[in-house]
Amino acid sequence: MPDAVAKTTVTCTVNGKQRTLRVYPMARLLDVLREEWQLTGTKEGCGEGECGACSVLIDGELVNSCLVPVLQVEGAEITTIEGVADGDRLHAVQEAFISSGGAQCGICTPGMILAAVNLLERVPDPGEAEIRTGLAGNLCRCTGYTKIFAAVVRACQRTQAKA
Amino acid sequence: MRSFLPAYDLQAPRSLAEALALLEREPGVWKPFAGGTDLMVLFEAGALPQRKFLGLWHLSELRDIEVAADAVTLGALATYTQILGNATLQREFPLLCQAARETGGVATQNRGTLGGNIANASPAADSPPALLVYDAELELVAARRSRWVSYQGFHTAYKQMDLRPEELIGRIRLPRSGKSWKQYYRKVGTRKAQAISKVCFAGLAEVEGGTVRDIRIALGSVAPTVIRCVKTEAVLKGQKIGAAALDAAKAALAEEISPIDDFRSTARYRLRVAQNLLGDFLLQLNASTLKNDWKRHATYERFDRLP
Ligand SMILES: Cc1cc2nc3c(=O)[nH]c(=O)nc-3n(C[C@H](O)[C@H](O)[C@H](O)COP(=O)(O)OP(=O)(O)OC[C@H]3O[C@@H](n4cnc5c(N)ncnc54)[C@H](O)[C@@H]3O)c2cc1C
Ligand code: FES
Ligand code: FES
Repeated sequence: MPDAVAKTTVTCTVNGKQRTLRVYPMARLLDVLREEWQLTGTKEGCGEGECGACSVLIDGELVNSCLVPVLQVEGAEITTIEGVADGDRLHAVQEAFISSGGAQCGICTPGMILAAVNLLERVPDPGEAEIRTGLAGNLCRCTGYTKIFAAVVRACQRTQAKA
Repeated sequence: MRSFLPAYDLQAPRSLAEALALLEREPGVWKPFAGGTDLMVLFEAGALPQRKFLGLWHLSELRDIEVAADAVTLGALATYTQILGNATLQREFPLLCQAARETGGVATQNRGTLGGNIANASPAADSPPALLVYDAELELVAARRSRWVSYQGFHTAYKQMDLRPEELIGRIRLPRSGKSWKQYYRKVGTRKAQAISKVCFAGLAEVEGGTVRDIRIALGSVAPTVIRCVKTEAVLKGQKIGAAALDAAKAALAEEISPIDDFRSTARYRLRVAQNLLGDFLLQLNASTLKNDWKRHATYERFDRLP
């Protein structure tokens, strides 16, 4: 067995809560979220950046957590799917995924919702092309995407109606 | 198979000076690690030969995009998202922006860096053809002595670069030529989002009354490195754009590139696509005056017969 390196201490904020962990520096953020912090809403699809199932927000930016070594999130603010709802009140995007039938088996859904939430933060009223670009890194094998795009449209109608 | 996690080290120096000092002390031991969008894929596949990584992600010295009168200079850590958000790059260097836009999805663009794309040294990388036609220069930084080199010639052979073990890519400089180039970029892959190129083409040209005054052409995925096609450029310079010039240029291009068969495509397909992209580029340069001449040209005759 090759020599083991020393574990290191990583501190970051996850869904508003500060977390500290002794961990191997190259541990994937995805594994730390799921296995150390039991935030299993973040899914693993491909493990190589292609599918977006592992999407989370780091300092407000969409990233694939399977490609991020945990040492890189020292001091960062992370949002996972568990942090999208406000307590029991679902986010407009989550509501819209339910009402539009945007989720089937659900494996892509956490990543898809984070990508959609991030898109609406950057582009409050996206056109179809912008929705497609915003979600291009998130693959779904069930829905055929139409209902997912419809959910994003519905979510921004709702947010605008409220505003 | 997954890599054995405890065997891999990653250090995060707090400053560029600290990072360079470590590289100077132990040259060849530490592998630079930027956004990780190439390296983590290999890590996951258990295919990373190195065990010690030098994390660059937090080095703010290498992150900014600076716009000056004579050049735009990008820190090696500039991400595709940063590139897309820069108004000067959008206006004057649209081919680099198009490469950025077509690289993976939002998540990859947020993490992937220009320096990483260069230093990964893949002949199929998509921003290098744009960098080549813009006559980019690279700053190679080291603890003792930094140097500037022309990007053309930086890749010396398949996956080989003129980069010493104690050096990092620091910045990428794009001279602002002030010329009114016509610009063309096209990446041909299996599908639009996230696919690695089979052929990637970048071209700049200055055209006056249907004649090519100046031209720059670079391609990816058709040779052991990305390649600036200087011989094809020479054939076209001073020529009236038309079927004869295209035929001569296509022949020169076939001599200049050396595509191969691999799991993504075949040599024959790549040559054909490269030549057709060259034709498309020239057609775009002078669409109006060309029409009649071009109509006689075989490729376009076939198009005309389509329903
Ligand atoms: C889903 C997906 C889609 C992709 N699509 C494309 C695409 O369409 N086109 C394309 O070209 N690429 C694509 N890539 C590959 C990758 O995203 C790019 O090559 C990216 O620019 C790499 O940057 P990075 O910072 O993530 O590199 P890293 O993985 O951190 O490093 C890559 C290499 O560069 C070296 N390195 C990094 N920075 C420096 C530096 N400053 N000095 C010296 N060496 C350095 C590293 O040692 C390593 O060898 C894709 C990747 C994924 C996961
Ligand atoms: S699991 Fe991370 S992108 Fe597929
Ligand atoms: S709902 Fe099953 S993969 Fe998207």
